[in-house]
Amino acid sequence: MLEHHNPSAPSRDVHLDIEGEVIRIRDLHKTYKMGDIEVDALGGVNVDIQRGEFIAVTGASGSGKSTFMNILGCLDRPTNGSYFLEGQDVSALSSDELAHIRNRKIGFVFQGFNLLHRTSAVENVELPMMYNGFQSKERRQRALEVLKLVGLEERSHHLPNQLSGGQQQRVAIARSLVNRPSLILADEPTGNLDTKTSVEIMELFQNLNEKEGITIVLVTHEPDIAAYAKRQIVFRDGLIISDIRKN
Amino acid sequence: MLVMAFRIALRALARNKLRSFLTMLGIIIGVGAVIAMVAIGEGAKKKVQEQIASLGTNLLVILPGTVTLGGARTGSGGRQTLVASDAKAIMNEVPVVSGASPVVRQVQQVIAGGQNWSTPVQGVAPEFQQIREWQVQEGRFISQADVESTAKIALIGQTVAYNLFGDNDPIGAIIRIKKIPFRVIGILGAKGQSGNGTDQDDVVMVPYTTMMKLVMGVTYIQQIIVAAVSADTTQEANNQITSLLRQRHKIRPGADDDFMIRNLSDIAEAASSSATVMAVLLGSIASVSLLVGGIGIMNIMLVSVTERTREIGIRMAVGARSRDIMLQFIVEAVVMAASGGVIGILVGIGSSNLIKYLAELPTLIRPDIIAISFLVSGTVGIFFGFYPARKAAQLDPIDALRYE
Repeated sequence: MLEHHNPSAPSRDVHLDIEGEVIRIRDLHKTYKMGDIEVDALGGVNVDIQRGEFIAVTGASGSGKSTFMNILGCLDRPTNGSYFLEGQDVSALSSDELAHIRNRKIGFVFQGFNLLHRTSAVENVELPMMYNGFQSKERRQRALEVLKLVGLEERSHHLPNQLSGGQQQRVAIARSLVNRPSLILADEPTGNLDTKTSVEIMELFQNLNEKEGITIVLVTHEPDIAAYAKRQIVFRDGLIISDIRKN
Repeated sequence: MLVMAFRIALRALARNKLRSFLTMLGIIIGVGAVIAMVAIGEGAKKKVQEQIASLGTNLLVILPGTVTLGGARTGSGGRQTLVASDAKAIMNEVPVVSGASPVVRQVQQVIAGGQNWSTPVQGVAPEFQQIREWQVQEGRFISQADVESTAKIALIGQTVAYNLFGDNDPIGAIIRIKKIPFRVIGILGAKGQSGNGTDQDDVVMVPYTTMMKLVMGVTYIQQIIVAAVSADTTQEANNQITSLLRQRHKIRPGADDDFMIRNLSDIAEAASSSATVMAVLLGSIASVSLLVGGIGIMNIMLVSVTERTREIGIRMAVGARSRDIMLQFIVEAVVMAASGGVIGILVGIGSSNLIKYLAELPTLIRPDIIAISFLVSGTVGIFFGFYPARKAAQLDPIDALRYE
């Protein structure tokens, strides 16, 4: 059941200190201009996400879930409404500020892995740290740490073309964790993997969520995959039509 | 931050070494060409300056003839207005002159025993030796007595000695000039090539009186060569000689001189500055190559940015700001250009040394040109890398991530 909050609109400089709340979204709108026509991709979305949640986001294409994920991931800005990430209003930040937020607070996992070619696993994992001033020794140490967490410390110097699909996705997951983000966003992470590997990856996500308390929001159109999550949000025509917590 | 961008750039360039090298080629050729061309120009200039030094910066040459009433220059082939006594008067009456010698010269067939050799025969005064600082390797130079007695004696240059006598000692031998027998009294020291490439050792020197009377049958002289006391007094000597000769030749005030005084070092300076002009011209042409190289870099960087759209999207997704992306690509362009510059410098130095050995042209590498070339190639990198870097930085991360 959705909780009801008073939709107050505090200024962006005030940090709301509500413990455990990672995301608070109120009346989120996104409108695209396609020539003369205006398309409402999102038409007033309200969502709260607590720390440690594991959420599956589903919906048909064009339902607005991708738009929602882009805004959630601070890759895009809403046309209207507010998005508080760990108490900070990020809905109207500049591109540079959003980049900073992405670097520190958000980890991405993509369907196509999106690792850098001809770059070793450990260097791929280090990539986010290149943009926040870590020294090379600290970077290496932290990168190996997270690779261990995903079970790939033995292959840290392999190149992506020397790794299987599942292994590449693990590297990508390690990369997403390296800066200790508030939230992992996964876009069809098992889309390019076979059933067996998909299970491995989903179990890894579950592990990270339960043992390490990492908040995960995952987009999928497969019910089997969505079942791994503890909460399922369904989009249709730019709105959330269902938001169900398990048990 | 910059160090990291540098490392990322090196990594990116190493990923496709052949492409990076081919892109650098324009800069390499441009810089190499500039360095080699300027080295050739500088070498030529230095050689000329050495010749100025060897000729002496205090030398004046007086030639007959000047601009006629009609405005045309008669040049040294015009009216013969110089006589031997002019030279004597100059020496006696101009205090800042240390020596003056008449010069009469004609190419003649010189025969010795079974050999003959066509060479310039020069009639000079004893002062000539000191004026030109010409050593005598063996024997003695022309004396005043020789001049007064129109003696049939001669000194021969190294080239003539070699061609007429080989390894034999020519002192005391008889050579025939225009069927007149001359006794060889000395061998001139080596002087090498002159500024315009003639062999200064290919010469026979005789007393000017002998040359005028017996060989050429003339009463005028072709030149007077004068040495001023020092380089500083050269202009003063010039002025005093001018007024002396005007007086002697009875030239009315306001009328033109019937002679020309040339300062040898001016001629050499002119040659030197034309060598500089040549160097600058060649260098400019070579610089066009640098421009083309820069365009090549921009072209490849644009392709690279398009190819790496996805990569740029990933970087932005994990937190790279626009300026991080911009810096990355500009550094890549600069590293390519500067590496090309360094290789080009080495190629330029190598080829100018090669030219020195093979073509026997003098070359002189200038360290400031090397430094400038390096800086210019770096600047080319920044300038031509800017547009592609900006394109990269302005990509939208969402679109970039979706790029196939």
